[in-house]
Amino acid sequence: MDELDRRIINRLQGGFPVCECPFLEAAELLGTTESELIARIQCMLDDGRLTRFGPLYHAENMGGALSLCAMKVPAGSFDERAEQVNAFPEVAHNYQRDHELNMWFVLATETPEQLDECLHEIEKTTGLPVINLPRKEEFYVGPHFKV
Amino acid sequence: MSMSADDLVQLDRRIVLATQAGLPLDARPYHRLASELGVEPDVVMERFRIMLDDGRIRRIGVVPNHYRLGYSVNAMSVWDVPDGNIKAIGKKVGALDIVSHCYHRPRHPPDWPYNLFAMVHGHSQEEVRYKIERIARLLGDKVRRHDVLLSTRILKKTGLRIGN
Repeated sequence: MDELDRRIINRLQGGFPVCECPFLEAAELLGTTESELIARIQCMLDDGRLTRFGPLYHAENMGGALSLCAMKVPAGSFDERAEQVNAFPEVAHNYQRDHELNMWFVLATETPEQLDECLHEIEKTTGLPVINLPRKEEFYVGPHFKV
Repeated sequence: MSMSADDLVQLDRRIVLATQAGLPLDARPYHRLASELGVEPDVVMERFRIMLDDGRIRRIGVVPNHYRLGYSVNAMSVWDVPDGNIKAIGKKVGALDIVSHCYHRPRHPPDWPYNLFAMVHGHSQEEVRYKIERIARLLGDKVRRHDVLLSTRILKKTGLRIGN
């Protein structure tokens, strides 16, 4: 990873301009050219250093619903249950964690009603209770990873 | 060209659907998007500015894969703090530069006694433990108990999507 890739990652996690030629404007601030910036972003998307490039939408402000859910999954059936949970398109992320509550996933739906429905479907499919921990207040969201 | 409120809701939805996976890597990405959607570029750019202003868009930019960048340890630190103080406490914890997300969530007794969540990422377990000690020191005797849940495996990571 060279200096320019670093600058792009460190300085372009937000603030990408909304104008006719935004890459040109951003490239000038980063000390490079429009075509080089586009090529670098494409390359980092291709090799997996970036997962995405574009707008990051706020689910609740869009009118949707979002919740963090946890389940206690018996070790012997963990992979099978993970497959069942992951098959729901509403499951945005899912992590195994070292706790008795060992499966933690984020559910995102377009309406609050759909979220409740989806929770019930997951309980029905897996035969396991889901603990629903919807956010009451957000104090900070802004992972800014420095490289 | 004037659009009704309903047209705008529909247009915003189409913009979200077209860009939730990313913006075109084109020198004029908003113009490209506008031609795909069959609307004027100025209208598309105005919708982006409005959605940034009203918080429907958090930000526009690159989303790094923190695992690929060496941040391989992902810890969910969870804290049981008095509900009456949680606003002040949450703001302090969220302001730490080592915390990437910080939320107040409901307790779920008896399985889950914690009401404050702070996500911490690091290059090693040691680094993450050190960072979590900083949170513990900041909170001091406000904490009744806490725990750290390290992620042992990513099972899915597609990000938020509508219109599935």
